[in-house]
Amino acid sequence: MKLLVPVKRVVDYNVKVRVRPDGTGVETANVKMSMNPFDEIAVEEAVRLKEKGVATEVVAVSIGPSQAQEQIRTALAMGADRGILVEAEGVVEPIAVAKILKAIVAKEGPQLVIMGKQAIDDDMNATGQMLAALLGWGQGTFANKVEIADGAANVTREVDGGVETVRLVLPAVVTTDLRLNEPRYASLPNIMKARKKPIETVKPADLGVDTTPRLKVIKVEEPPKRQAGVKVGSAAELVSKLRTEAKVI
Amino acid sequence: MTVLVLADHDGAAINQPTRSAVAAAGKLGEVHLLVIGPEAVAASGAKLGGVAKVLHAPAEHLLAEPAAALIQSLAGNYTHLLAPGSALGKNVMPRVAALLDVQPISDISGVVDADTFVRPIYAGNALATVQSSDAVKVITVRAASFDPVAAEGGSAAVEAAQAAADPGVSTFVGAELVKSERPELTAARIVVSGGRAMGSAENFHLLEGIADKLGAAVGASRAAVDAGYAPNDQQVGQTGKIVAPELYIAFGISGAIQHLAGMKDSKVIVAVNKDEEAPIFQVADYGLVGDIFKIIPEIEAELNK
Repeated sequence: MKLLVPVKRVVDYNVKVRVRPDGTGVETANVKMSMNPFDEIAVEEAVRLKEKGVATEVVAVSIGPSQAQEQIRTALAMGADRGILVEAEGVVEPIAVAKILKAIVAKEGPQLVIMGKQAIDDDMNATGQMLAALLGWGQGTFANKVEIADGAANVTREVDGGVETVRLVLPAVVTTDLRLNEPRYASLPNIMKARKKPIETVKPADLGVDTTPRLKVIKVEEPPKRQAGVKVGSAAELVSKLRTEAKVI
Repeated sequence: MTVLVLADHDGAAINQPTRSAVAAAGKLGEVHLLVIGPEAVAASGAKLGGVAKVLHAPAEHLLAEPAAALIQSLAGNYTHLLAPGSALGKNVMPRVAALLDVQPISDISGVVDADTFVRPIYAGNALATVQSSDAVKVITVRAASFDPVAAEGGSAAVEAAQAAADPGVSTFVGAELVKSERPELTAARIVVSGGRAMGSAENFHLLEGIADKLGAAVGASRAAVDAGYAPNDQQVGQTGKIVAPELYIAFGISGAIQHLAGMKDSKVIVAVNKDEEAPIFQVADYGLVGDIFKIIPEIEAELNK
């Protein structure tokens, strides 16, 4: 079966982001960008399913500026077979992304879409659920284990009190949690080979999707700063300060 | 304006994040609570402060697909659909939003007006104020940002909700829940957390002595969870639980952005770490530099005094 893996280009997770002085957003010019960490886990899972012989082809798709090609190349170097870049400027909200992915699913016919549970920039945690809804498919969100057998996916999900397992009729959408796997590093020969793998480019309009945002950003600001604290010299001093000064114990 | 809140529960009673979501909903209009689960949970929902009506749909397990179909069928009566930003709310509400063709607003930390909300982005390093142009607002609520409504005192009427058709694409197989005698992490007044420096699962139990004395919940950094020292439902951070207790004590946690996103709204933060350059000290009200294995028993002894 064919797998579709959406990947997002985001500010690298190690970067300490800065809010723009004019309050319109965070600074993204000249900032290191990478593949969203949860999406790396999704690519890894898809490639493992291919290595196990469960999947026959892995298609990586990214929606964003032309530079998002770099993230597709990373997915190809990890083992994806080919890429699709949906070129779009500005913010593309999860609802528009879900609609674009639905159109791509209609064209490609994957049996499983594996994607990250959330992007570390907008922290929405919504696109996978929305795609599943638009397709009328089952969803296995926050997955830490995925088993495919007999036309179904058994997905173990991380929930608040522990884990739970759901069985989804295929086709389905799975979103990855951190503990699903440890993504591989792309080797140099694979990075070279990935350069030759095909990437098709389309526009949202070609797919009939309007990407106008539904949420207007009024302002973006720094969170309130915490007051600088004090260093204490001993456990006794710490407990006494918590008792008498902070009065929290 | 009438607001529907999807209740999260443990099979017996409404949980604390739901009470925070009801508090957020109260800023918007009359609050109706949707309980999908046993009768007893609906009864517990009827007692919440600020709830005008409870809609009850019996179900054994709360799966996203039938739950979203049910909420979609009720949506016509409401201007806002809310849920706590728990694993349940995050699973169900975006699905509801797509069925209604609206962009959901995840994890709000503030309500400005009926269309405008504040939400943290970039692991809490920026706060965005966003205005929705959608007809129905679909929202999840950051529990730590709203004081929960009272669990007792209300007397709302309970009505049966007309069940929508189950799409039949998913079935519940089983669950393994972690049993704990301690307070729930997101509701605890005090949280004691450990990081990678705890060194092993056995050592991680050392935190329990302090937690028991303080009536605290035990949390963990991602590093501690990944190393297998603590179960994943104890993870505090951008991708785990968001907590804002009165006192947060971090033992052997360096203070990566990802972890700070989950606890930096705590009232008082204490950090104990042997590395005095650890970023956690930049947000800590009280810092103690030293070996956690020496300091943990010392603190425990002090608490006995």
